[in-house]
Amino acid sequence: MEHNNINLILKVWKQKNAESRGSFETFEVNDISTEMSFLEMFDVLNERLIAEGKEPIAFDHDCREGICGMCSMYINGRPHGPWHGTTTCQLHMRAFKDGDTIVVEPWRAKAFPVIKDLIVDRTAFDRIIQAGGYISVNTGVTIDGNAIPVEKENADKAFAAAACIGCGACVAACKNSSALLFVSAKVAHLALLPQGAPERKERALNMVAQMDKEGFGACTNTGACEAVCPKEISIENIARLNKEYALAGFSSDK
Amino acid sequence: MLTSPVGKKWVMALTGLFLITFLMVHVGLNACIWADDGGIMFNAAAHFMGSMVVIRIIEIGLILGFVIHIIQGLVLEFQNRRKRGVAYKMSLGSRGSKWYSRSMGLLGTILLLFLILHWVHFWIPNRSHQGWLLGEELNLYQEMKVTFQQEWVVIVYVIGCISLAWHLLHGFQSAFRTIGVSNKRYLALLNAIGTGFSIIIPLAFAMMPVSFYLGWIK
Amino acid sequence: MLDSKIPSGALENKWNDYKGHCKLVNPANKRKLEIIVVGTGLAGASAAASLGELGYKVKAFCFQDSPRRAHSIAAQGGINAAKNYQNDGDSIFRLFYDTVKGGDYRAREANVHRLAEVSVNIIDQCVAQGVPFAREYGGLLNNRSFGGTQVKRTFYAAGQTGQQLLIGAYQALERQVALGNVKMYNRHEMLDVVIIDGKARGIICRNLVNGELERHFGHAVLLCTGGYGNVFYLSTNAMGSNVTAIWKAHKKGAYFGNPCFTQIHPTCIPVTGDHQSKLTLMSESLRNDGRIWVPKKLNETRKANDIPEEERDYYLERRYPAFGNLVPRDVASRAAKERCDAGYGVGTTKQAVYLDFKYNLINKYGKAEANKHGIENPDEETLIRLGKEVVKEEYGNLFDMYEKITGENPYEVPMRIYPAVHYTMGGLWVDYELMTTVKGLYCLGEANFSDHGANRLGASALMQGLADGYFVIPYTIGNYLADEIATKPIPTSHEAFAHTEKTVADRINSLMGIKGKQSVESFHKRLGKIMWEKCGMARNEQGLKEAITEIQQLNKEFWSDLRIPGETNEMNPELDKAGRVADFIELGELMCMDALNRNESCGGHFREESQTEEGEAKRDDANYAYVSSWEYKTESNWEMHKEPLQFEVAKPSQRSYK
Repeated sequence: MEHNNINLILKVWKQKNAESRGSFETFEVNDISTEMSFLEMFDVLNERLIAEGKEPIAFDHDCREGICGMCSMYINGRPHGPWHGTTTCQLHMRAFKDGDTIVVEPWRAKAFPVIKDLIVDRTAFDRIIQAGGYISVNTGVTIDGNAIPVEKENADKAFAAAACIGCGACVAACKNSSALLFVSAKVAHLALLPQGAPERKERALNMVAQMDKEGFGACTNTGACEAVCPKEISIENIARLNKEYALAGFSSDK
Repeated sequence: MLTSPVGKKWVMALTGLFLITFLMVHVGLNACIWADDGGIMFNAAAHFMGSMVVIRIIEIGLILGFVIHIIQGLVLEFQNRRKRGVAYKMSLGSRGSKWYSRSMGLLGTILLLFLILHWVHFWIPNRSHQGWLLGEELNLYQEMKVTFQQEWVVIVYVIGCISLAWHLLHGFQSAFRTIGVSNKRYLALLNAIGTGFSIIIPLAFAMMPVSFYLGWIK
Repeated sequence: MLDSKIPSGALENKWNDYKGHCKLVNPANKRKLEIIVVGTGLAGASAAASLGELGYKVKAFCFQDSPRRAHSIAAQGGINAAKNYQNDGDSIFRLFYDTVKGGDYRAREANVHRLAEVSVNIIDQCVAQGVPFAREYGGLLNNRSFGGTQVKRTFYAAGQTGQQLLIGAYQALERQVALGNVKMYNRHEMLDVVIIDGKARGIICRNLVNGELERHFGHAVLLCTGGYGNVFYLSTNAMGSNVTAIWKAHKKGAYFGNPCFTQIHPTCIPVTGDHQSKLTLMSESLRNDGRIWVPKKLNETRKANDIPEEERDYYLERRYPAFGNLVPRDVASRAAKERCDAGYGVGTTKQAVYLDFKYNLINKYGKAEANKHGIENPDEETLIRLGKEVVKEEYGNLFDMYEKITGENPYEVPMRIYPAVHYTMGGLWVDYELMTTVKGLYCLGEANFSDHGANRLGASALMQGLADGYFVIPYTIGNYLADEIATKPIPTSHEAFAHTEKTVADRINSLMGIKGKQSVESFHKRLGKIMWEKCGMARNEQGLKEAITEIQQLNKEFWSDLRIPGETNEMNPELDKAGRVADFIELGELMCMDALNRNESCGGHFREESQTEEGEAKRDDANYAYVSSWEYKTESNWEMHKEPLQFEVAKPSQRSYK
């Protein structure tokens, strides 16, 4: 693949810890190969900062292959940067031109407080799952896998919803900082499968209640979440959740 | 259940759809002005609506619908705005969503201001003339004809209708999503209907003051 | 003397007999027993959830921001199980046999047979949890085939099987958290094991958000912390994957089994330059449908699509006609290296081979689809278009990923791939009960050495992780804890906790106190280079001896010239990394020693001194049919203990895939 080297200006959010106030700092990075990933460009910058005796920029990352959901930068006004259906770690520098200025911010949401620099606390998502994002089945007390046939279309839709990596880009993009795409993906995944049916009512009610409690906003169907989701989770799932929720609300005694 | 984030959506969607049906009745009734018969047909229709007990009872529901939709909408807007905390330096803008879908609060507020003016012009004088019961009505056709001679009023009405168009463009399909339509084909169909509806209805409304002002109807 | 505690009796009855006779803990007593689980990948999450369900008080730890991030999530291709849903002759015995043979006869028969037995339960368990496995139109589960087998026994969810299985286990774990049976500690890294009276009784860990050291007590400690492939710097592992937890345990008395057994995965995206921070795997399942080739001509300059069929060397199909492109990973990797070393490599670096889908796109899928749609005599374009649709459904995410990384469209041009470090078969030595040589200290999943011998077959890592966590440890830990019911929780003010915490703090302070000039990353890169060149795909005596000296030198330099910015008592990713690299350096030395000791070629371990005339690996059963189990003595000083391997059922033969 053809590649060349480019020079860039980075404006990056720096914040010492949760209590302190942050601000933007500007860095020049030169001679960046367009074959690098976005995070490798940050590695290069951090190595330089360490050599200069400065503190490197802290950012969340782990698998660097677009599946763990840990990376989380808001790049030039878009979660995970300019490429569609891509996480920050899979974004490559081919996406930028020589001389570009890139603004990098953490996810912004009250429910995702900044811990340091570009790192935010997303444990609210774990607590939403704790509220009902599972099927209550203990280890070993199950029937044969093929005893539960699942219509292929539903299995495929459930898989598409289950592909969510829990990165929080939906919250970051939503003007209301709503987590409804995340919540609905889990509700839809489990509601589309016969195994998930027994708990579907409580699941929908409890997960939505927990989302509210965590301080996420309400959904107004703008579709920004779907547009930035690195796994292209569809907002159809939100419609599905709405239906689940109403059915649950009218029939559950809780 | 209705106080949760999803419950609130349901309230907005159901009241919104109710108001959409009202718009259809309203535009149909008002279209009678284009009969160009000096308002005979229109006044007859208006009288029919204004003097029937059932319709007047439904009207109470309509008022409730308006009030709930407006208050809930404003409350949601303010609550949602507080969820971000620190603002972004660069915003996503229109790369992820349509501007009007993000501006329902603003469009709704413009509509509310327009509505107040609209009620002051027609509904309040008429109902008060009726003694708020089933009394005799004003000649509404005549009222329109007079009101719409003022240039600024016509402009405000047209702005109101434009806001309504954008408001509907998002609201129509959003309401159906909220009540759980997740099937791709139906959503595509509803989107098409919604777009048509959002253009035709406000356009028809906007043409009413314009028609009077430009003297297309006498 | 190592006691592997393998139950007596016939192979196929051992596990059932064990379960029938092991000690149990009654429900009331379980509530009094505390268990620490470190790591929340497939093994850790499934263990923590299952133990929580049983009623134990569990504390689970992970260094990521959520248990759902563990690197099991990146497993792509699938999970094996002897379900025989395809009616193609699979059975528990065959899965057992394939695994022992695939591991080149360096695994314990009893462990592998147990793994094959519980594999069927895993699928049932995951389906019940709502894991959306791929299905046929009839609604039943679908399978694909993987390397080293001749049946279709791999269950999958597109190219995201690991993700779906981990999310299943994660959800089960979070359910236990909600019920109060498990307490979860995110962004916590274990830095030492606390041992009291010869038994593991807790851990010291560092809260990575504020830098504070914490003490946690447990009646037993489970290490489920994954593999150590990152010792090579470049690997398919996550950036955070590390050896620290098991290395600390090793230095506290847990023996390290077969440290040199590393799996080099044949199909990864090649390295592009010095900036590279990790390598990305392209699932082995792609070898179902992709054909691997290089040009027949040296110094070929034409583009892949311009090279005519007769000038392509499908070297796997040529050398191994019986298994073709589906030979086991070690064989495929070495064959790629052989071609590249001989000068037939492709791409700018010449360190790559082609993985080409065009043939099957047209002939396998295109034609089938055309048939289905009733298109007669379709042209090539139509076949490609139809074939693409199917390939997209099977591997869409992998093709997208390839395109993002390389900028090339694999539907149009062949992928360029090269082997990369992927998995470590070695790990802490454990007995049949998964207990290490330290009482009460267990090791599960990739972190232990047990089931894969010298080479792991594709889609078996997920199987082992979940087998250990869901179906093995819940039984075996009871056998130990039944004798611990009288042990009251030991307060963390105990002197052993204080002492261990102090050694951890001292080590952190000495790291911070070096104040040298070179970054952690630069040391890690240098270590990786030594390891890849001298303890990588091919190893020899001279290289390994050099490597040991170089690593010892590197270690000295590390401890005298390291620079870590920031403070101890705050979030400091550089400090976290420094501790891990320090352990990797020590481990690297042990890996080279182990590789030096094992003067035979087996599975992923290829000693140049031990090969056949055709260049195939030559095993030496007479001298090396044992697990090398290393006991840490002092710095750079280990003692090796042998656990002899006996094969009663799967008799060793020279592995042949021809």
